[in-house]
Amino acid sequence: MSEAHGGYYVPHESHWPIVAAIGLFVTMAGFASLLNGAGFGSTLMMVGGALLVLMFFGWFGAVIRENQQGVYHEREDMSFRWGMGWFIFSEVMFFAAFFGALFYARVLSVPWLAGAGTEEWTGRLLWEGFAATWPTNGPGNIGGEYEAMPAWGIPAINTLILLSSGVTVTWAHWGIKKQNRKQQVLGLLATVVLGVVFLLLQGFEYAEAYKHMNLTLETGIYGSTFYMLTGFHGAHVTLGAIMLTVMLFRAMAGHFTPHNHFAFEGAAWYWHFVDVVWLGLFIFVYWL
Amino acid sequence: MSEAVGHEHHGPPSGLLRWVFTTNHKDIGTLYLVTSFLMFLIGGVMALLIRSELFQPGLQLVDPHFFNQMTTMHGLIMIFGAIMPAFVGLANWQVPLMVGAPDMALPRMNNLSFWILPFAFLLLVSTLFVSGGAPASGWTIYPPLVLQTGDAFPLLILSIHLMGLSSIMGAINIIATILNLRAPGMTLMKMPLFVWTWLITAFLLIAVMPVLAGAVTMLLTDKFFGTSFFNPAGGGDPVLYQHIFWFFGHPEVYIMILPAFGIISQILPTFSRKPLFGYTSMVYATASIAFLSFIVWAHHMFTVGMPLAGELFFMYATMLIAVPTGVKVFNWVATMWRGSLTFETPMLFAIAFVVLFTIGGFSGLMLAIVPADFQYHDTYFVVAHFHYVLVPGALFAIIGAVYYWLPKWTGHMYDEKLGQWHFWLSTIFVNVLFFPQHFVGLAGMPRRIPDYALQFTEWNQVSTVGAFGFGFSQLLFGYIVWKAIRGGQQAQDRVWEGADGLEWEVPSPAPYHTFETAPEVK
Repeated sequence: MSEAHGGYYVPHESHWPIVAAIGLFVTMAGFASLLNGAGFGSTLMMVGGALLVLMFFGWFGAVIRENQQGVYHEREDMSFRWGMGWFIFSEVMFFAAFFGALFYARVLSVPWLAGAGTEEWTGRLLWEGFAATWPTNGPGNIGGEYEAMPAWGIPAINTLILLSSGVTVTWAHWGIKKQNRKQQVLGLLATVVLGVVFLLLQGFEYAEAYKHMNLTLETGIYGSTFYMLTGFHGAHVTLGAIMLTVMLFRAMAGHFTPHNHFAFEGAAWYWHFVDVVWLGLFIFVYWL
Repeated sequence: MSEAVGHEHHGPPSGLLRWVFTTNHKDIGTLYLVTSFLMFLIGGVMALLIRSELFQPGLQLVDPHFFNQMTTMHGLIMIFGAIMPAFVGLANWQVPLMVGAPDMALPRMNNLSFWILPFAFLLLVSTLFVSGGAPASGWTIYPPLVLQTGDAFPLLILSIHLMGLSSIMGAINIIATILNLRAPGMTLMKMPLFVWTWLITAFLLIAVMPVLAGAVTMLLTDKFFGTSFFNPAGGGDPVLYQHIFWFFGHPEVYIMILPAFGIISQILPTFSRKPLFGYTSMVYATASIAFLSFIVWAHHMFTVGMPLAGELFFMYATMLIAVPTGVKVFNWVATMWRGSLTFETPMLFAIAFVVLFTIGGFSGLMLAIVPADFQYHDTYFVVAHFHYVLVPGALFAIIGAVYYWLPKWTGHMYDEKLGQWHFWLSTIFVNVLFFPQHFVGLAGMPRRIPDYALQFTEWNQVSTVGAFGFGFSQLLFGYIVWKAIRGGQQAQDRVWEGADGLEWEVPSPAPYHTFETAPEVK
């Protein structure tokens, strides 16, 4: 059946990675063409995206089948753990770039534009009358008058939702450890539902901001950091919710045993990471 | 299903598709190394175009916009296409062999990490043929200049995203292999230095490639979606880009040199027939350099306008790097001290590395001094500095590593006489090429400009002669490697008399699968 190399499973050749590479290439080429105004760009993107979806089903399906056949043991499990852990660390650093931009603007560049520190003449000569406040759309009033997004409405509710989803996912984990299928399924279902509600509320908030507050991606540095941080977070919530949905189906199929359920744990780690990023967002983007 | 239902065969499958579907670390290592050499030749042709234009003052061969495209593409291709994939290729071949692992920890992802790269470079190189030409803002792609790029712009940004993806996955694989698949008994402090330096490099890659992805994403949204990250009118700041970019960029510099340190620390003991001097201090020095790399980034931006406290902090932090680097150079020299030295080609490249990299290190120390940097910034002195650490530094280490391990990979000794020719041609011409750039730089010749004042002519001509000499010498390298693949004297298992480590315990050439049962390390 499977080959054990010193107890470590080394898979034979696979065609999924090249499908992934081609899918990425087609998607990227399509996106670039779209940005350059070529009509076929969106078609290319859809083809590339479809290839990637196919790849995820095929590749992860193969890994799940191998796991069901019992070719993975502690060593392989540990490789998956290191892999997922470092992947999440790379995601943390991606968000760090955008948080860095936010802090730089709030602490340094906006005050400098208003003449802070040694930049007095910048303020006087270039941007007479500009006062450093946050939020701001800059001395050029880029994007026009706008309203800032208050923290104590939807964002606060969303905080509660995400924190609760952290609880439900842990409850599902207990269900796996106790081999209680019903608890696994209910816990995961609740987590996914909470994630979807979060995304719906976030979408509603964006719609409000665009329609009634004139707070858009083009609202100076405030709009830029607001939408890029919350937008990338939303994309990660979406990804996390998809992972958890897969786990939900796998839980229903009875894949998880108390000692072999890293797929679930990896998805839960990712969910907690998304949760922690949200707390940073809530504090620094919405609240303070 | 085909993956799970394995067939019992141990040799490589035949046919070209072997290279497309492979999950074998040796195959993938070879793919990385071959790709790296091809990109090195492409980037090299661009360098020769640059040097040809600079042979005489005035505009000779190319128009300034194309000149700028060449400097930009040369930088991007050499960094992301030649140096980094070469190190990843060496890691793929050697890390499992050196820690006694059956393969990389995540073999399928290993294939993906490689196969993203050719597509990324297809996107990048295609920019030469789109309207507006290739990006021409320098490899650092600073706004607002880079935002004027034509149709090349989204291709540039997305190709950088793909390269980053490839690097991150490659680094995760290497880190997981080192942490999880070491042979029983190989504790962390028994790992060969090449493995240690790659462990730390992989950490740097995972930490900073996403930051680069963030920076270029902001460029993309500033150009196409109306954000204001780098636009002061909206409250942003173009200098913000430089901070984020160099937060990636300085660790990136060490990503390109730490594995080289590891290679030199393997080669010198072998041909000195002595163990490495100061192993423990080497490990700690590497870790210190990696730590410091995160808190020195703004020394690339001393003239951009920063608060005085910032300039001072980044100056002193930068100078601190000389301490662990000095520890390393001391240890290398002490390793050779009273050793029983022989001078085969890998050893020659390693010794040249120690001397010439140190020259690059010293000019780096000069550039770290804020008031001096105000004079040197954006001159050819900077070009001379980073080419000294990258060419006779990183590249010489890569070449030395190929000569050192080639007999293990192919089972044949390379032609030693031709290897010696390659070494002397490379070493003489690389100095003819880059040393004069110190002089014209100190005299005030700016970089990234196709024309220059008359008084810089002679040294530029010398430099161009060196460039052609160095470039064509590398074709000899390609020939030597090709010759060793095709045949040659049969290599011993322990290729070099003084060699030590697990990779020398397996036959030459190393079989397709090695260490299927983990070896015991005492």
